[in-house]
Amino acid sequence: MSLMHADQSTSRRPAATAAVMGWLLVATLPGIATLTWHFGWGVLTNVACAAALGVGLEAAMLRLRRRPVAPTLADNSALVAGVLLGASLPPGSAWWLILIGMVAAVVVAKQLYGGLGHNPFNPAMVGYALLLVSFPVPMSLWAAPTGLVGPEALTLGEVLRQFAGLVPTETLDALSGATPLDAFKHKPAGVMAAEFWAGSPLPEGALSAWHQVALAWLAGGLLLLYKRIIGWQIPIAMLATLTLVAALFYGASPSHQGSPLFHLLGGAAVFGAFFIATDPVSAATSRRGKLLYGAGIGALVMLIRPLGAYPDAVAFAVLLMNFAVPLIDYYTEPRVYGHAAARRGIKAEAGEDGR
Amino acid sequence: MTDTPALGEVARNGLWSNNPALVQLLGLCPLLAVSSTVVNALGLALATLLVLLGSNLAVSLIRHQVTPTVRLPAFVMIIAAFVTCAELLMAAYTFELYRILGIFIPLIVTNCAILGRAEAFASRQPLLPSATDGLMTGLGFGAVLVLLGALRELFGQGTLFTGMDLLLGPAAAGWGITVFPDLDFLFLVLPPGAFFATGLLIALKNVIDDRLERRRRAREPDTPRESRRVRVTGTIR
Repeated sequence: MSLMHADQSTSRRPAATAAVMGWLLVATLPGIATLTWHFGWGVLTNVACAAALGVGLEAAMLRLRRRPVAPTLADNSALVAGVLLGASLPPGSAWWLILIGMVAAVVVAKQLYGGLGHNPFNPAMVGYALLLVSFPVPMSLWAAPTGLVGPEALTLGEVLRQFAGLVPTETLDALSGATPLDAFKHKPAGVMAAEFWAGSPLPEGALSAWHQVALAWLAGGLLLLYKRIIGWQIPIAMLATLTLVAALFYGASPSHQGSPLFHLLGGAAVFGAFFIATDPVSAATSRRGKLLYGAGIGALVMLIRPLGAYPDAVAFAVLLMNFAVPLIDYYTEPRVYGHAAARRGIKAEAGEDGR
Repeated sequence: MTDTPALGEVARNGLWSNNPALVQLLGLCPLLAVSSTVVNALGLALATLLVLLGSNLAVSLIRHQVTPTVRLPAFVMIIAAFVTCAELLMAAYTFELYRILGIFIPLIVTNCAILGRAEAFASRQPLLPSATDGLMTGLGFGAVLVLLGALRELFGQGTLFTGMDLLLGPAAAGWGITVFPDLDFLFLVLPPGAFFATGLLIALKNVIDDRLERRRRAREPDTPRESRRVRVTGTIR
């Protein structure tokens, strides 16, 4: 049969999970490097600890579940969950914070649901959301950008003491500043946006550090798009909707709301759009579904930021849309070729019967 | 009319193999909402036990007089009467705890575990088995509630037995112990943590059951495996 030997040159073999996850890890490098440049060694201790815990906990759970350990670990997915959670946490988080987050992510959100491919929720974001709800104080202590602190920046030794949990919260509080979104969210009610920026409650240049981090994540995201590890639908839909809703808020009340650019680059939106929302397991699968899913996340982020209690909302928005994924997939299932005609035929017959 | 089961089996069902919280998953609303500390859990457990015992007794007493058509309203009236008793008793003797538990005391009326026992057991059985069933089911529910309260208090706030004087009088004022100072794991203090802890307890019970079953089968290898399907009454062999 000649049909059996059809030319395969136009079809692409789906990449192995390990390769996909490997490229994801490569793509996080610019973002993590920029974060480290601006926020110090604490970013690296976070990522290293979370990644090691991710692999360790996954191995332990696989043993408990009597599944093959080495082949499953080789797909790198636990490593990716660890790196993503580590990059989301405030730099220099204490080990116990990272441990609780990774237990929630790998043990509960991933392995208890049946492992990679069976988790309805994004593991890293389950860990992050649990930490944010449980430990609001350590989760809001972002170190001020090191370039601004100058000689008082934390040395590696000090970061390690912080990591070991030996630094009391009061000292941490003095060393850290709020993220731009946090500071803007908690500005006094009477203060106008223009006054807020003129008064510079953020250290000069803190916002530009955040912009650079967002652009570094964007670079990694573009690499993923170029390598076709992720589709364009989710990140574009998410960022476009976020910008649109931010523009609506800004247009309605420019004196009190942040500008769309501030919301686009000031927080975790770019990171979330390219690295979190695109998780192939917990995201919607069809093309139209991905557009809806991304748009939903963008809209939810921009509803929670100005109206909710938390300054940033990528984790909550992603988890909420994870809930909606089965519904989205159900209604956006691509039509199987040839089936619409069959349906028309049945309908016509039914009509004739009715007459 | 079904056969009257042996009292030992009634007790074993209520406490373990048909535990309302871990197997039937009934009465989850108070279980999840109130089990934040040992004293809250114990308070609600005692109130539920009282109501369950009373309603099983009363339902069993009137089981020949109430026609099947009106049985549900009758059961609900009986349960509501006992809940009101429990509520008034708590308001009289443990007023602080009564205020803490708030709406969850009147809500015992809607605890399906109680109506379930009235319908499935007490309305078909004589007085003594019904009373045993009420007592054991109440104890089984209460044990899970208190265990959950202890877990959440210990790992959520780092303490155990704080505020026991609210329930047991001034003598218990010094019972509170601080195990982990400065611990504040909000997730476990809030209701989602109760869902999580309940899930872990159910898993633990299943593990224990599995081990016991395997040991039993190792002793008598020819026993056919029981059906895994969920059944409310009896077992399929």
